[in-house]
Amino acid sequence: MPPETVPQQRADVIHNIGYRHYEGARLGRAYARRSLFSQSLRGAYGLGRSAKSKVGPMLMLAVMCLPAAIIVAVAVATQANKLPVEYTGYAIMLQAVIGLYTAAQAPQAVSRDLRFKTISLYFSRPIKTVDYVVAKFAALVSAIFFLTALPLLILYVGALLAKLDFAEQTKGFAQGLVSVALLSLLFAGLGLVLAAMTPRRGFGVAAVIAVLTISYGAVSTVQAIAWDQGSTDAISWLGLFSPITLVDGVQTAFLGATSAFPGEYGPSTGTGLVYLLVLLGLTAGSYGLLMRRYRKVGL
Amino acid sequence: MSSLYHPTVARLTYRALLGRRRALILFSLPALLLLIAVAVRLLTSADDATADGILGGFAIATMVPLIGVIAGTGAIGPEIDDGSVLYLLAKPVKRSTIVITKLIVAIGVTAAFSAIPTLLAGFILNGNGHQIAIAYAVAAAVASVAYSAIFLLLGTVTRHAVVAGLVYALVWEALFGSLVSGARTLSVQQWALALAQKIGEGDLITSDVALPTAVVLLVSVTLAATWYAGSKLRSLTVAGEE
Repeated sequence: MPPETVPQQRADVIHNIGYRHYEGARLGRAYARRSLFSQSLRGAYGLGRSAKSKVGPMLMLAVMCLPAAIIVAVAVATQANKLPVEYTGYAIMLQAVIGLYTAAQAPQAVSRDLRFKTISLYFSRPIKTVDYVVAKFAALVSAIFFLTALPLLILYVGALLAKLDFAEQTKGFAQGLVSVALLSLLFAGLGLVLAAMTPRRGFGVAAVIAVLTISYGAVSTVQAIAWDQGSTDAISWLGLFSPITLVDGVQTAFLGATSAFPGEYGPSTGTGLVYLLVLLGLTAGSYGLLMRRYRKVGL
Repeated sequence: MSSLYHPTVARLTYRALLGRRRALILFSLPALLLLIAVAVRLLTSADDATADGILGGFAIATMVPLIGVIAGTGAIGPEIDDGSVLYLLAKPVKRSTIVITKLIVAIGVTAAFSAIPTLLAGFILNGNGHQIAIAYAVAAAVASVAYSAIFLLLGTVTRHAVVAGLVYALVWEALFGSLVSGARTLSVQQWALALAQKIGEGDLITSDVALPTAVVLLVSVTLAATWYAGSKLRSLTVAGEE
């Protein structure tokens, strides 16, 4: 209805510019949180964004799934009696891809909100700090979990099609899922904390990848030296200092995985408990840091 | 030859690279290398294989490419990203001069932050036995020239220069390089190692590429990347954020 035809013109109004109040339903905080979650999750795979930004995540998803498909094809063709890769070993094998995905998507989830100051618009809606942090955290965890669990699902379905032992495969698949869930929590937490520190996307990417690769490079170099020196105790403790070896340690101690450490000297159950505590501590710590980061929204 | 180097552009680039938080990563990587070197040296005796493991496995394979990515893309990427490169391009300075100046600064920063710590770590680890420290330091310096040129080019070509650079450094050089031996021929790391192999005594350092091939590839890649970056900058369009 154009402004000129508004019927009862009030006497005390000088200009009627046609302003009208919103009279629709107000969907509230939970709805806003859910929308933020689903938008962030879709955004992590480039859905609802430009075609160019779909290329990266989709390519990485394909790179994650391709080896699984090949492994399954080989296992079916050769009628092997077990898969050549353990479910828990798969993510460790392709850790570079997972690291890159985290580094590319964590900043895209938070940096642009900071850079274009849309973050203050979010908080002018009925959501609180905790809603924003939980939604972004959950979205990235789900995105990384999807990336790491899909190839495991391919392996599992393939293993069942190849008529491998059902109970054994199901147990391995379940262990693999728990392991990648822990990995997703840890990587998403670290990625978001680093990305939320800077409004520059490129810098966030570099920071995340630096922390993931450098710590792994340093740990595996020192582990190799400890292996040369014959100090096997040191190998199992050194894994505490990088995210991916942390996951490796936890799944070696509790999820029946074969460790990727030199000489397979993974942590024992006792040491593994420390690994698990550090992993959960880091995840909780990242959540805490994010909450602190967004307490005050300015840059 | 004032047409190749512009001191003001150099100063701005230098400050953008070493300003604030970006410098934190640049300083922390060499510090970590030296820390590992000192720790290992305190725990074990001077040992050629250990030195080779740390310098080849950590310094050349992980640290140099990462510093190259940060310095190379950082020299021009952020300016294109936030559009302030327009103010620079509007000045009566040739585009090729801008690129070459930025490249010189990026090479300087990368070399300083990778070659010097590598040399120091080499001396700490085994006192330059078999020329290992010098060999790896030269390799780091040579690699930083090529990395800077490549990543500077990436900075002008794509908005996602950091990701693209990391994909090259991590996926191509590390992952494919270890799986497919052909990929190693096309890797800056191996070209630099060919030079290190020549300098180092004994057969600890190995490369998959012969020295003449490596030198030719290094020089041509650096020159081609610089030229292409210059011509990209001439027809630059500053688009909005996707």
